[in-house]
Parts: sequence; C-alpha cells; structure tokens
Amino acid sequence: MNVNATLIINMIFFAAFVWFCMKFVWPHIMSAIKERQDKIAEGLAASERSQKDLELAQEKAAELLREAKQQSAEIVDSAKKRHAEIVDSAKDDARSEAEKIKNGAMAEIEQEVNRAREQLRSKVATLAVAGAEKVIERNIDEAANNDLFEKLVKEL
Amino acid sequence: MASSENLDSVGYIKHHLQNLQVCKTEEGWVWNECQGAGFWTFNVDSLFFAFLLGAIFCFSFWRVAKNAKIDNPGRWQSMVEMIVEFVDKSVKDTFHGRNPLIAPLALTIFVWVILMNMMDWVPVDLLPWVAEQTNVHVLGNEPHTSYLKFLPTADVNITFSLSIGVFLLILFYSIKVKGIGGFLGELTLHPFSSKNKFVQVLLIPVNLLMETIGLVAKPISLGLRLFGNLYAAELLFILIAILFSTGVGGFIGGFISYMGWAIFHILVIPLQAFIFMMLTIVYLSQAHEDH
Repeated sequence: MNVNATLIINMIFFAAFVWFCMKFVWPHIMSAIKERQDKIAEGLAASERSQKDLELAQEKAAELLREAKQQSAEIVDSAKKRHAEIVDSAKDDARSEAEKIKNGAMAEIEQEVNRAREQLRSKVATLAVAGAEKVIERNIDEAANNDLFEKLVKEL
Repeated sequence: MASSENLDSVGYIKHHLQNLQVCKTEEGWVWNECQGAGFWTFNVDSLFFAFLLGAIFCFSFWRVAKNAKIDNPGRWQSMVEMIVEFVDKSVKDTFHGRNPLIAPLALTIFVWVILMNMMDWVPVDLLPWVAEQTNVHVLGNEPHTSYLKFLPTADVNITFSLSIGVFLLILFYSIKVKGIGGFLGELTLHPFSSKNKFVQVLLIPVNLLMETIGLVAKPISLGLRLFGNLYAAELLFILIAILFSTGVGGFIGGFISYMGWAIFHILVIPLQAFIFMMLTIVYLSQAHEDH
C-alpha cells in the first residue's frame, strides 16, 4: 500500500469525471426533473380547477332540475284544471244539447198530435156527413146542414 | 485457486493483494519489479478499473441526461433520477450556499465509489484467472508475473486521490470565501482566544497545531476509512476463498461464509460510498461558512 504516482493519475480522472458530470449530466437531469415537477404541479392545479368547475356545474344542474320539476308540476296542475274545465263545459254542452233535442222532439210530438187531431176531426166530419147523408138519404140543404155539422164536429 | 500449484496460503494472499505495477527504474519502464522504485510507480490495474467504472458512470448517466424524457421516463431513467434526487436532497439538507460544483461532485463521488466498491462482489479469483490466462497464453510470460488487484478502492492511492481532491477543494473554497486572512485567522485564532493581545499571540502556535491537525485529519480519515473497509472486505473474501481448497467441509463452509460476507456487503458498499459523499458535503459546507 505504498502511495505512488497512481494517486496523481487518478486525481486527474476524478477531476475529469466531476467536470463531465457538472457539464453534461447534472444540469440536464435536474432540468428534466424540474420540468416534470412543474408539469405535475400544473396538472394538479388544473384538476383542482376542473373539480371546482364540476361542483359549480353540478350545483347549476341541480338548480335547473329543481326549476324543471317546479315547472312541470305547474304544467300538470294547470292541465288538471283545464281538464276539469273541459269536462265541465262538455257536460254543460251535452246537457243543453239534450234539452234542445228533447224540446224539439216535444214540439214535434205536439205538432203530430195536432195534425192527427185535425185529420181525425176532418175525417169525422166527412164521416158524419156521409152518415147523415145515408141516414137522411135525401137532398137536403147542404149549406144549412153544414153549420149544424160544424157545431157537431167542434163538440167532438 | 490460483494456478501455481505450490502457492501456499500466505503466497496466495500476497499474490492477490499485489497490484499490477509499472514503474520507471534505471533500466527504463519495467513491469512488477517495483519494490524500490519509489513514487513513480503506477498501479495499472487500479487505474484501469477506476477509469473504466468512472467512464461507465459518466457514459450511462450522460445517455440518460441526453435522452431524458419528461412524460414517460423509462426504468433506467427513473433509477438515475432517483439517485440524482437523493444526492440533491443530501446536498440541499447540508449545504446551504450556492455552488454549482458541490452537487455534481457529490454525485460523481457517490456513484463512482459505489461502482468501484461493487468490484468487491466479483469472485476473487475470476479476473486474476482471466489475467493470468492472458498473460501466459497471449503474452507468453511466466505465470507468477501475472498480478491483478481489481478492487480499486482497496488501493490506498485511489481512495487518497479522491480525498485529496476533496481536500484541495476545501482549501480552495476556504480561501475563496474567507480570503487568505480569514482562513489563516481561522487556523490560528480558534479554538483558544483571549482578549489579552499577549496571551493571544502565545496561543497562536497551539491553535495552529490543533487546527492543522484537524484540517489534515479530514482527507486522511476520509481516504483511510474507505480504503480500510474495502481492504478488509477484500482480505476476508480472499481468506474465505482459501477455505474452498480444504476439502468438502471447507468448501461448504467457505460457500456459506462467502455468501454471507457478500450479502453483508449489500450494506457496506453503498454505506461507505454514502459516508464518503456526505463527509465531502459537510467538509465543503464548513469551508463555505464564515465565522
């Protein structure tokens, strides 16, 4: 273990390696690490930001949903009201229509009755005249008798 | 076991702890015959593996740095970034000044020392065997001349080159931040000081002695700690490897203890690298502090 000139040569190697490391190795690796750290920090900040954005969006969505629910409830309510109204008015319409039809029918019946009565009356008159003609069998003053028959017919 | 049959245990250990050396003698550059060669000897194996591992570190991290993806990092990039962030955090926790050198320095020390320490896991005879085969069959040398000590941090030159490099930076930044006067003041006026000028002057040598010892102890302890740990680890691996040649019982015992020692080094290897890195940061941060 004698100290000899090996020491000097190796010191030169040492200096050369340190110089090389200082010049070509250390700065590049450190800058790569630094750059990556910056990038990661940036990414984390971005994710935090987007997290916040997401929260806001969720809040907004919840609000919109609440509003929509309210609106739909209102719509349903008004629809129900409208439905009731329509049903009511339909009922009214139907009732009045039925009344109208009934009235028309009544009037027609009345008319028919009157007409039948009229026909009957005229038929009875002619029948009475024919009967009287047959009974009497002779020419009588028709004019004088008509009055009489008229009176008879009215009494019917 | 090593190939030379008549190597005894001591020879085996010595052989494994011998660096492949080249040195300048009166007959020119020679291999291995460097016992008295003095300072101008080079441990070729330590230098080779230290450089190889450092280059692997630089190249693999440089590739990641060049192709760094921001969105979709691969496994390799993730691992590199984990290490870089770990070092960065260690530096930021301890060092509060602004200095673009400290963090890359700490990263280089951490990864390089880990990689060098990890050579400890390579079986003690594998690379020396390859070296010997090459030496004998390719280069045509005698088998006993093939030395290879492939664990660079078990070579005191390698650990001291790191710690002395750190020491020079400590001196440089101490003087740069505090000025020469401030630095000398720190060395001479602490820890003992007095309001009385005369007593203060008397205290200067005492302070200088204590502070200098404290200062010099930093690189020595830094280098010796790493060296001691890995040298001991390597030595124990070699001792366990001797067990393999002592019969079936020795083989089983050796296998179990080799594995246990290797598993224990999952802790030791990164821990030693971390301690070296951490102390470097602490020392340099102290150098930047102005009292």
